[in-house]
Amino acid sequence: MISNANNAWVLLSAALIMFMTVPALGLFYGGLVKKKNVLSLMMQSFVCLLVVSILWVVVGYSLAFSPGELIPGILGDFRWTLLNGISPIDPSPYTVSDPKGPVSHLTFVIFQCMFAVITPAVVSGAFAERMKFSAFLAFSVLWLFVVYIPLAHMAWSIHGVFAQKGLMDFAGGTVVEINSGFSALAGALMLGKRRNLRALPPHNLTYTQIGAAMLWFGWFGFNAGSGLAADGLASSAFVSTNTAAAAGGLIWALLDWLLQKRPTVLGAVTGSVAGLVVITPAAGFVNVGGALVLGLAAGAVCYWFVVSLKAKFGYDDSLDAFGVHGVAGVIGTLGTGLLAAPFITAPFGMNGGKGFAGFFYGNPASFAVQLEATVTAMALAFFGTLAVFVVVRYTIGLRVSEKEEAIGLDITQHNEKAYTLIE
Amino acid sequence: MKLIVAIIQPFRLEEVKQALYGADVQLMTVSEVLGHGRQGGVTEIYRGSRETGNLLRKIRLEIAINDDFVDRTVKAIITGAKTGELGDGKIFVYNLEECIRIRTEERGQHAIG
Repeated sequence: MISNANNAWVLLSAALIMFMTVPALGLFYGGLVKKKNVLSLMMQSFVCLLVVSILWVVVGYSLAFSPGELIPGILGDFRWTLLNGISPIDPSPYTVSDPKGPVSHLTFVIFQCMFAVITPAVVSGAFAERMKFSAFLAFSVLWLFVVYIPLAHMAWSIHGVFAQKGLMDFAGGTVVEINSGFSALAGALMLGKRRNLRALPPHNLTYTQIGAAMLWFGWFGFNAGSGLAADGLASSAFVSTNTAAAAGGLIWALLDWLLQKRPTVLGAVTGSVAGLVVITPAAGFVNVGGALVLGLAAGAVCYWFVVSLKAKFGYDDSLDAFGVHGVAGVIGTLGTGLLAAPFITAPFGMNGGKGFAGFFYGNPASFAVQLEATVTAMALAFFGTLAVFVVVRYTIGLRVSEKEEAIGLDITQHNEKAYTLIE
Repeated sequence: MKLIVAIIQPFRLEEVKQALYGADVQLMTVSEVLGHGRQGGVTEIYRGSRETGNLLRKIRLEIAINDDFVDRTVKAIITGAKTGELGDGKIFVYNLEECIRIRTEERGQHAIG
């Protein structure tokens, strides 16, 4: 029997996640690039919404979440092609904290759709200001099947290899965050650096701050919706999410102040996003102390990665999709294995009533599962993306020409410009 | 006839305008420009990446005047723009060959004022 209360909350959460992709991520990224490229960034996020939305209802959802076993533990089958056989009154086969009150199956379909939409949009930050639009479009289609769907199946579907082992990934530390981060790294390495001598400064940090605030807002749906119920666990995930985001932003701003003399706006919002990323796998498993620790750790480690390590390695992860999502995703997924507090999930009867416990709560085995899933997600994202990029490179080509890069992607890829100088 | 071009600090524009009005100089063109003089550019930091030598925001004034107005115009600009710090800007005075008021097609000295 469908719970209408739960259904309402998860539908709203799906809408919140859609809002994270468009306009939030488009604004966040768009503000960081030169004004001749802002539309190209916004279009990359928007086209993910267009393309993945279609692919998801045609075959994507079926391959990711159906109980069939095209590749056991890794890929479902085609039984739900075009959502065939899923009626509006069917309860979702997936529940998390409220097995007696499932949402509508269609609610689960569209909720998961939004996760699949935002992940390649996050990756696009690493390709900024130099990738052909056609190449990005091809990437987003191929990558969904090669990387995203198998990973979502492994972590979240009924027969998924890591779901079976008890992986704790509440809202996508592996599927969304590690995945987007390591895909971004592989893509940035394949693409090479931007040609312009000065990559900076960002053309409009007010967009970036507005976008980051909207991401934070949408993330409440992302995380607190992932229990698939409007219950106390949703409240717990909501509190954890807010706490980690605040801690991440605060520590980054303080480190800026200490080490670079001024607390920067870009630093504060980047740290908050790192905090939101790190709490994603952990949101429904840790208490508020755990959320605080994770938020601080993500802010500090991502700071070190983005500010000092990146310069030493010299790859051009233009908008730090790897340095924030990849790094904080790893910290969060492993950190959940350490900090998961059984008294958070036990009252909901989860894990056979025992609740999910991490290493520090006497369950070292759970950390091993988290580690295995982390390494698998890193490898699949990195090598899967390399494979997709090789295909795109030898068919469509990856980069715009030197001249097009100098003119800007808005004009050369879309025949438009974002701003007029004289009307 | 002369053309006076002055590069000044943006935050002194209001004072310069008032001083010019006080000297009975009513006509000017103002634009926002980037540049720097001996004080050098600014350093900006984005996610730890240091950007040095960025150009500073400045205001460029253009004023076309008759010869007998040169001294008072220069004086007014200095009165409004001077702080005594590096970066106060510069004033350039050019000879002006011709001036035509589009509305009336008047030329020369009568067209300027």
